[in-house]
Formats: sequence, structure tokens, C-alpha cells
Amino acid sequence: MSGTVDPTIINLVVFVLAVFVGYHVIWNVTPALHTPLMSVTNAISSVIIVGAILAAAPTETDFGSILGVIAVALASINVAGGFLVTQRMLEMFKRKQPKDKESGK
Amino acid sequence: MSANQLTLWYLIASVCFILALKGLSSPTTARRGNLFGVIGMSIAVLTTLAVVARGRVDLILIAMLVGGSVGAIVARRVQMTQMPELVAAMHSMVGMAAVLIAIAVVNNPAAFGEHDPLPAGNRLELFIGTFVGAITFSGSVIAFGKLAGLGKKFRLFSSAPVVFKGQHLLNLALALVMIGFGVAFFLAPDKAWTPFLVMTAIAFVLGVLIIIPIGGADMPVVISMLNSYSGWAAAGIGFSLNNSMLIVAGSLVGSSGAILSYIMCKAMNRSFFSVILGGFGAAEGSAVAGGEQKTVRSGSADDAAFLMANAESVIIVPGYGLAVARAQHAVKEMANKLIEKGVSVRYAIHPVAGRMPGHMNVLLAEAEVPYDQVFEMDDINNEFGNTDVVLVLGANDVVNPLAHEKGSPIYGMPILEVAKARTVLVNKRSMAAGYAGLDNPLFYMDKTMMVFGDAKKVVEDIVKALD
Repeated sequence: MSGTVDPTIINLVVFVLAVFVGYHVIWNVTPALHTPLMSVTNAISSVIIVGAILAAAPTETDFGSILGVIAVALASINVAGGFLVTQRMLEMFKRKQPKDKESGK
Repeated sequence: MSANQLTLWYLIASVCFILALKGLSSPTTARRGNLFGVIGMSIAVLTTLAVVARGRVDLILIAMLVGGSVGAIVARRVQMTQMPELVAAMHSMVGMAAVLIAIAVVNNPAAFGEHDPLPAGNRLELFIGTFVGAITFSGSVIAFGKLAGLGKKFRLFSSAPVVFKGQHLLNLALALVMIGFGVAFFLAPDKAWTPFLVMTAIAFVLGVLIIIPIGGADMPVVISMLNSYSGWAAAGIGFSLNNSMLIVAGSLVGSSGAILSYIMCKAMNRSFFSVILGGFGAAEGSAVAGGEQKTVRSGSADDAAFLMANAESVIIVPGYGLAVARAQHAVKEMANKLIEKGVSVRYAIHPVAGRMPGHMNVLLAEAEVPYDQVFEMDDINNEFGNTDVVLVLGANDVVNPLAHEKGSPIYGMPILEVAKARTVLVNKRSMAAGYAGLDNPLFYMDKTMMVFGDAKKVVEDIVKALD
């Protein structure tokens, strides 16, 4: 065995381990928070904005970099929208100070 | 910044994303988790901006400002009842961004630090990321239309399944042709625009065709599935750009969506494939028209108020009808009145109630219902036997006792055992069948009283009667 490891193999290692981490973390999410889970994963998958920034960056503007700029805008909608709407929902789940009349039985 | 430094920053961002998801294991840690998500995203964006500092950062910042403002405005204005539509719309953004980036990669691999022309291995990864992204985009657009109720204007968005003869065969053929062009793109020696673009176009069409036959109440599965796809698309792009953070974030999201789809399918006792193949609600209406006339007992909101006020314990079962009528605040008010009278009030939530996972929980949280009054199906199903009154608000299939009868289409689906309670109050707009097109024996039981009308109106009338 000799030589360096192909980047694709390293990517595969990262991928498989990340799927395992995801699997175990997600099963622990409480069902009550499944909607915030969807909105926050939406925001997280918009990390694709990293690729969009690279696409948009070249100084020589051609149609590829214009598509990149559009992709940056689309992903930004998700980044901002996803995290903010998740925050808004989670605020609603904040435990209210138990008032006497609401304590129930 | 060196490539090593960049990768280390990306590692930190990836860990932040994992912590963001971990936080959601409890409502008390969830907000801190969200903060981790924001930190991770900021690190990812800032380090990448530092890498391209000599490029058109001005254009990028403008695009971020525009997109970010739109996102912020939408996030602030959206109603909680519209969350399923919003989530579908956001999935489509990720899908479209993946496709646009892929085109840019084919056009100019050097901008991404890749060889020009792109090596074959990266082309294969790019092909996968692109078609998944394209399917995510067009599929989410259809899902958005169905959820937003655009079906009246465009048949394509009809919430009833859109089915035609040879549909599955057509999908299969298109998928094979798409893969064929993908392979051609992979094998081509140079920039192979034609196979790439044809493959992408077919993927867009496939996304539409896959989602149109799936009906309204299967939406929780569809929306989780598209959530999953958007993650895999990001991971695919990460592979072709050799970007570990994109791979990690994409895999997290992909497995999250896959697990949610699994949970939703299990809660309907349906296999993933039977949902995807669709057409379940096709018999809607016809099943109701036939059959002998059975009698139901119906009562007014005053009767319902009287029954609940004199009960010791009440369980409220919310369904999609509650979301449609936006009755969550009225329900909270009613519950408060009952609690003041010394009645114990709890809520029972079926996993597929509503149009997306956790839909009912968010609506109740919006109305400031304390979450210790809200119970998941498995935690409350044993309690119905010693409950005086159950109030079913706009739910149907999830409380249908036919699920216990062999041979019925929903046999084996776990349901909320409301029929075990002493009295059952059911609010519905009419006697129309639920999504599954099945009659519901619950409505004809002696202990059941139907209260017809819009959920919000009925609950408000109950509140008045309780005064």
C-alpha cells in the first residue's frame, strides 16, 4: 500500500460518519419539536451558500458567476428565514411562568 | 488563509450544526441549539468570504443582503398555520441553489479550485447532486402549491392525487433516460453541456411527476422526504467540491428528513413506497356515497359546553381542521375556562395530525398552551379509558376505529383510542369522509355526539356557553 488517499475516499469517510451522527442525534429530538427541526435543518442545508459564494466570486463576470450570485441570494433567504422562523417557534415553546389558574391538575 | 485553516474552521462549523440539532432534544435547550446553528453558519460564511476576498465580494454581499431581508421578512410575517408551505418553499430554494452551483461548476471548475475540465469522479458526484437538487426544487414547488391550496387555480397543485394511466411506467422510463444522460456526462472527455442540461431538465420534470400523485394527508411524508433530498443535494455538491462541511451538514439534514419520513410512514402503517406511488385518496367521495344511511347524534355547542363543564377530565384531539380554521387560540381560551372550573384538560397529538411533523405542537405552542398539557400518542393512549369527555377537533382518520378491523384499508394504523372514553364529542364541518375516503364508525357510536361547524366558530360558541 502506498501513495496518498484519494480525496473522494476521505469524503466518503466523512459522509458515512456524519450520517451515523445524524441518525443518533435526530432520534433524540422530541416529537413536539419536529416542525422546528424541519425549519432548522432547512437553514443548515443552506450552508450550500458556501458553494454559491465560490461560484459568484470570480472577478470576470460570466453567466456562471451570475448564477452564483442568484444562488447566494436564494440560499440567504433560507439562512435568514430558517433560523429566524425557528427562533420564533422556539420562543413559543418557552415554558411560561406557571400561574395558579393555569396549573391544571 | 491556507486550505488547512479553512478546513479547520469548517470543522468547527460542522460541530456547531451537530450541537444545533442536539439542542432540539428538549424545548429548554432548543434555543441555545439554534444559536449554535447561527454561529456555525456565520463561521462558514465568513471564512468562505475570506477565501474569495479578492473576488466580487461586493456582488456577494448585495445578494446576501437582498436574500437575507426577504428571508427575515417572511420569517416574521408567516402565520404558524402556514408553516408547511414555508418549509416546502425553503426546500425548493436549497434545491435550486444546488442546481445553479452545479451549472457554475461545469462552466468554470477553476473557480472552485478544481481541475478544468472537471475530473470524471467529480462529474459523477456533480451529476448526483444536480439531479437530486432539481427533483427537490420542482417537487417542493408542487408540494408548496398543494399545501398553499393553489389546487383550485391549477390542477397540477390539486391536493387530491393527480393520477393517470401509465404514470409509474413513465416515471421509471424518465428516470432511466436521466441516468443515461448522467452517465454520458460522466464519460464525456470535456465539458459535456448537452447531456448535463438534458439530465437536469428531465430531473425537473421528474420532481413534478413524483409529487403530483400524492394526496393532502400524505404531505407529512412528502415534506419530510423533500427535507431529506435537500440535504442529500447539499452533500452531493459537497462531494464534487471536496468540501467536508457541506458533506457533514448535508448528511445531517438528509438523515433527519429520512428519519422523519420513517416516523410518519410508521404512524400511518404505510410503506414508504406506497406513499410515494401515491393515489391513496383516489376513491374519495365514492366510498361515502354508497352504504346504508346510519344515524348520528348531533348536538349544539351549548350541549358540548355542558358536557365538558361537568366532566372531571377532558382530552382534546386536534387535527388538520383546527389548523384550517385557525382555532388554536380559541381552543386555549376554552381550555382555560374549563381549568378554572376544575376540569383537567390535556391534549393528545397523533404523529401525522396536520400537514407536517409536529404541526399541531407548534400551533398549540403559539396559543401558549403549556407543553406539559400536550401528550404524544403513546403517552396518552392508556388514559382515554378513564377520561370523561374527548373533544375531537377536525381530526378523522387518526381516531378511526376501523384501524383495528382486518381488511380495512387503514388496518394496523396506530390510532388515538378516543372510543374508550365515556363521551366523545366530534367537531367536523360535515359528514364527508376523511382523507382515506373511509367512513368512521366512531361517529355512529351511542357515546358520540357530533358538533357540526367550523372548528373556530364552534369552539368560540363553547367558550361563550361556558361563561
